[in-house]
Amino acid sequence: MQHVGAEPPDPPALRHTADRSRRIALDQCAAAPNADASRMPPAPALLTRDGLDALLAALHADGFRVLGPTVQDGAIIYDDVVRVADLPVGWTDRQDGGSYRLERRDDTAVFGHTVGPYAWKRFLHPPLLRLWRAEPGADGVEIATDAHAAQPMAFLGVRACELQAIAIQDKVFLHGPFVDPHYKARRQGLFIVAVNCGQAGGTCFCASMQAGPKAEAGFDLALTELADGFLVEAGTARGAVLLDRLPHRPASEEEQQQAAAIVAATAAQMGRHIPDAAALPALLLGNLDHPRWDAVAQRCLSCGNCTQVCPTCFCTNVTDTTDLTGATDRTRRWDSCFAVDFSYIHGGAVRPAPRSRYRQWMTHKLASWVAQFGTSGCTGCGRCVTWCPVGIDITEEVAAIRAAPAPAAAAPAAPQSPP
Amino acid sequence: MPRAARKPKLAVWKFASCDGCQLSLLDCEDELLAVAGNIDIAYFPEATRTVLRGPYDVSLVEGSITTAHDAHRLHQVRRQSRRLITIGACATAGGIQALRNFHDVEEFTRQVYAHPDYISTLKTATPISAHVPVDFELRGCPVDKGQLLEVLTAFLHGRPAHVPTHGVCMECKQRGAVCVLVTGAAACLGPVTQAGCGALCPAYGRGCFGCFGPKETPNPVSLAPRLAARGLTPRDLQRLYRSFNAASEPFRQEGDRHGG
Repeated sequence: MQHVGAEPPDPPALRHTADRSRRIALDQCAAAPNADASRMPPAPALLTRDGLDALLAALHADGFRVLGPTVQDGAIIYDDVVRVADLPVGWTDRQDGGSYRLERRDDTAVFGHTVGPYAWKRFLHPPLLRLWRAEPGADGVEIATDAHAAQPMAFLGVRACELQAIAIQDKVFLHGPFVDPHYKARRQGLFIVAVNCGQAGGTCFCASMQAGPKAEAGFDLALTELADGFLVEAGTARGAVLLDRLPHRPASEEEQQQAAAIVAATAAQMGRHIPDAAALPALLLGNLDHPRWDAVAQRCLSCGNCTQVCPTCFCTNVTDTTDLTGATDRTRRWDSCFAVDFSYIHGGAVRPAPRSRYRQWMTHKLASWVAQFGTSGCTGCGRCVTWCPVGIDITEEVAAIRAAPAPAAAAPAAPQSPP
Repeated sequence: MPRAARKPKLAVWKFASCDGCQLSLLDCEDELLAVAGNIDIAYFPEATRTVLRGPYDVSLVEGSITTAHDAHRLHQVRRQSRRLITIGACATAGGIQALRNFHDVEEFTRQVYAHPDYISTLKTATPISAHVPVDFELRGCPVDKGQLLEVLTAFLHGRPAHVPTHGVCMECKQRGAVCVLVTGAAACLGPVTQAGCGALCPAYGRGCFGCFGPKETPNPVSLAPRLAARGLTPRDLQRLYRSFNAASEPFRQEGDRHGG
């Protein structure tokens, strides 16, 4: 780090002003949910709408910052919620390529909508994070960090595709050779209340990506909204303990069948499809010179919206900025492979043309991600389709390449994924 | 970089402009003392009557060139300036006054002035870079004060300035604004406009006006049908692009495409 000040500083006596005790407390907090994992989750329960209010109150009482869907600025976005009335009661959304419209439902469903422009990564992997600030101090350079979240969070209304997205980001940030301390601090102790989707959106294709619509794992509690309440399943002992504190009764056999039928109906309703997703790595990496890349580049704005709304895209740019007081800030900000500077190395950008940037994004998401992380990078949430200002549709791009693949892709020697 | 014993000298120059970008420097209320403590404000008529002689370490230049006299004066400014930074849409792209470039300026003067023969003006409004070499161009109408401070600090510290050239959409999504194009709330130039404002207008439910000019690799041709689907006529589309950055090449071409 270059220090710019009135005098060259002595060998810096780095003083960490971060709160160490808080980090240790979070570690302990993360260990807690698994401590009594041997306890079996109870059978599904039925929670009334008042019970949902009680759930919110209990989470707040336990010290969580509770985040859930809210209606704001013509969309359903995640924000702080205190009571059921803060949720999108009676609202739904209609989505298509490049189009999102809020609409009134003719009932008072609480979760009768699909995913909006926000992904939970906004809270686990914030768009802008000051990693540290270095200031000239009496004993040299003092480094302070405010990069760790203070309060544990609870997410309410996490959909199956979003659970999958969180699992994917867990792999990237927690289970690789490098653990991201900022993600870890937010992820530890996170309480997840999942919701099984009661309807699919126009751009949904989670069923194709084996990511939904039923929440299978990765939640503390999972709700399915029925006509007169919520069927609740506990996914962890911690979830079961919380459920015990809420007014509930065992769900009847009929109610359990109703819940299963709702999820099955949603699975049959998907607005988009990618058949045979397992074949995508070979298909896409075998068609890197397909004319479709030129066609999509004609339409692509290289605005990066798809990467910003994608629940798994994780790229960031880290910059050090000096100011006139002699202080330095190291800041991390969401980046995008659609920005020219993203691929800048000495002498210029590796991907100057939008064609190569779109191809990089799509082949990484659907193909080389598999070699890198062992799963697809796509959960079929449809956000990139809805929030592309010109409605470029990843499922349509796959279909176009599949309709006329390069001869090489059909050959027995499948192309190797990049390391 | 060890700091020179002498504080760097800053000059702020004005050509055809509204002074808004210069005022952005005075708007740096919290940081103004740090600015004044680190540099000698040697020439800044908007702020002080004190004038220190050149040469200047850094010159901020606001405004476009619309008269022969200004063109001559600009060359003098360049000769006295070690670094020359243009600030704002006028200095960087010609500004709103570059709308004259699309018409006959003499016709305008005849309509506006009782005695147009007293008006001595060029047929075009042109950016500073059309006349002299420029070290850095800062976009915006007006410039963003955070970016202005960043560029000034970077020059004083001899490091590159962090001024991204990607689009407004990245800032818009990062601040958590909901896309007004996709929800149908407004026509928005965000996808073709350079970031820097923090997506100010979309965050308040308005479409981006394109104050920061074209982003890197802009694709307005692809955006056009999307805007037209909102009911914008070719004339409306032309007017969208013919504003603060009308004469910047990608916006000029797109505006021309919808003319007729």
